[in-house]
Amino acid sequence: MAHHNPNLPSEHHESPEGIWWIWKVFIILLVVTTVEVVLGIIKPEILLVSFMGTSLLNVIFIVLTLVKAFYIVAEFMHLKFERKNLIWTISLPVLILIPYLTFILLTEGGYMMKLMQ
Amino acid sequence: MAEGATIQQSEGSVWGGGRQPFGADYGKLMMWFFLLSDALTFSGFLTAMGMYRYKYEDTWPIAENVFTHFPFVHGEAPLLYVALMTFILILSSVTMVMAVSAGHNMNKKGVILWLALTIVGGFFFVGSQAWEWYHFIMGDKGSVKLENNTVVYVSNTEGKIVSLNELILGEPKEHGSHAHFKTEAMRKAFKTKEEYTLLYPGKTREMIPRAEALKMIDKATVIHGANLKENEYGNVLFGDFFFFVTGFHGTHVFSGVVINIVILINVIIGTYERRGHYEMVEKVGLYWHFVDLVWVFVFTFFYLV
Repeated sequence: MAHHNPNLPSEHHESPEGIWWIWKVFIILLVVTTVEVVLGIIKPEILLVSFMGTSLLNVIFIVLTLVKAFYIVAEFMHLKFERKNLIWTISLPVLILIPYLTFILLTEGGYMMKLMQ
Repeated sequence: MAEGATIQQSEGSVWGGGRQPFGADYGKLMMWFFLLSDALTFSGFLTAMGMYRYKYEDTWPIAENVFTHFPFVHGEAPLLYVALMTFILILSSVTMVMAVSAGHNMNKKGVILWLALTIVGGFFFVGSQAWEWYHFIMGDKGSVKLENNTVVYVSNTEGKIVSLNELILGEPKEHGSHAHFKTEAMRKAFKTKEEYTLLYPGKTREMIPRAEALKMIDKATVIHGANLKENEYGNVLFGDFFFFVTGFHGTHVFSGVVINIVILINVIIGTYERRGHYEMVEKVGLYWHFVDLVWVFVFTFFYLV
């Protein structure tokens, strides 16, 4: 340990040159949000069919939300360009715990509704 | 891309320090771990809301009946205002990426410009949230609380929600009017006007037949606006979760703005110039993007789904 600098910067990982990719991600987020809002306002009859315990429209909303979340975390927060061990350390707990919690709480909520009837 | 600081990692032993197992320095790594825990906190709130929403399906409000205002627009404009808020926050995320990118190039002026724009975006968002809260608290159409504390709307026989203004005064509510009506006036008007009945606010859109509604109305009270104990939009927990989750998120945005200001001052007085790199901007950038990320989910689960 010759000279340990407490303000040692993180090693720099490859990210695309220039700033064009920032605008690309911005356009994607903008388009996805616009699609969500338009669908939310017109609520097409055809998408209101029951699907996976909710309506198909709601499933579309959730999938689009996850798409946006991916772009924010991977590109804006730069996680895609970090070392693999950091990527998995951050994403695995989230990917395991949140779907699990969602599953048990929504199941419980549906059950409580049945009990009240 | 020009690299600001190229400090070589010393070749010490793995446990001797001076090495970065994750290729990220201490501060950045800890920011990631903090955000991870914060993500789990927010998911706890949102899934808890999901549970109660499943439990009280018939009285859980539909967002498009709740958030209908847009500044300077008369009539109903559901979703548009919150779409604007989302746009502002995404835009401020973009300016933050620009600030980080300028930092990598050691471009002090660029960092100042983009970070300042991010702060402006943050203030706009917090202000919008205050506006949204104001309208949520003041209420819109007004509704009726039954004896068993269930909140129902007044509707016509086709199931279209009618404001108390229309029920009592016979004309649609004027935009921005926050007239409060007395319970007595509501009961009297409801009994004399044959064409109205009561409607559950939930997605089942179940109507109470008028004969039954007439029996309930004598014990029912008028309810305007929202607070933690009751709200005119339906189930009381909806208001509680709205205040709590958007409030918690708004607190994050506000503290993000404060942190950004602190960092901006440091950029201006040259702290990072002297340090040789702008990684601090990157760390607050992570926090700022996280705030945007959470909003994406709040937007979906409060306003869309």
